[in-house]
Amino acid sequence: MLARIQVPAQARQGEIVTIRIAIQHPMETGYRIDHFGRRIARNVIHTLAVRFGGTEVFSADMGSGVAANPFLQFHVRAQASGEFSFEWVDDSGARGSERATLTVV
Amino acid sequence: MLHRRRFLLAATTLAAVPLLAHAQSDPRRLALLREITGGPLPAAGRVLVDTPPLADNGHSVPVRIAVDSPMSAADRVQQIVILAERNPRPVVARYALGPLCARAEISTRIRLADIQEVVALARMSDGSWWMGGTRVIVTELACLEDG
Repeated sequence: MLARIQVPAQARQGEIVTIRIAIQHPMETGYRIDHFGRRIARNVIHTLAVRFGGTEVFSADMGSGVAANPFLQFHVRAQASGEFSFEWVDDSGARGSERATLTVV
Repeated sequence: MLHRRRFLLAATTLAAVPLLAHAQSDPRRLALLREITGGPLPAAGRVLVDTPPLADNGHSVPVRIAVDSPMSAADRVQQIVILAERNPRPVVARYALGPLCARAEISTRIRLADIQEVVALARMSDGSWWMGGTRVIVTELACLEDG
């Protein structure tokens, strides 16, 4: 799964940084019907977890009400240099992950 | 005299009806709120739901939830829940904000199956729940149509 994660490369100690996540995914609702009249099974990214140096920073439980190609933005305080990890799973069991390093100067 | 009294009684009863209806809200909403919070009803306030008032595409409506909270170690938002009660699944998403989160604010994009009030709930570190909402008019609806 293609994903674009935006984390600033550098921040000052104590600065608030904005994190943006956009993942390419249809977020299939389970309410659509295909050309043969069959229901298309639900397939959404139901869980997304963000960690910084192993500790949980942010997590999302999502349903069919989240738009396709889910986008998320939140704000984190830069306290020390380290690595963010982003991990997500969809209903089909497909997993995706990304990493981003933040350097506190 | 009797007529006047009867009229007054009828008038006050009628006037109280919409107020009562508003306070008790609709039972499905109350049940949903209690299910999410695990019992208590959220108090109104402290939660801002920022959306465009008119969304021309229900497949992707930008939403920003901001909660009035200092986000200090002792007083912070731990959880945010987005509800769209006229969607087939009213609970859109739940977010957990860890101790590194510096602002009680998240942005995302959601689907709306109808013109409705988008509601957000926030759970504070003291265990209290707050809620707010904004009515969004959608010209092309999501979910129930094909394509």
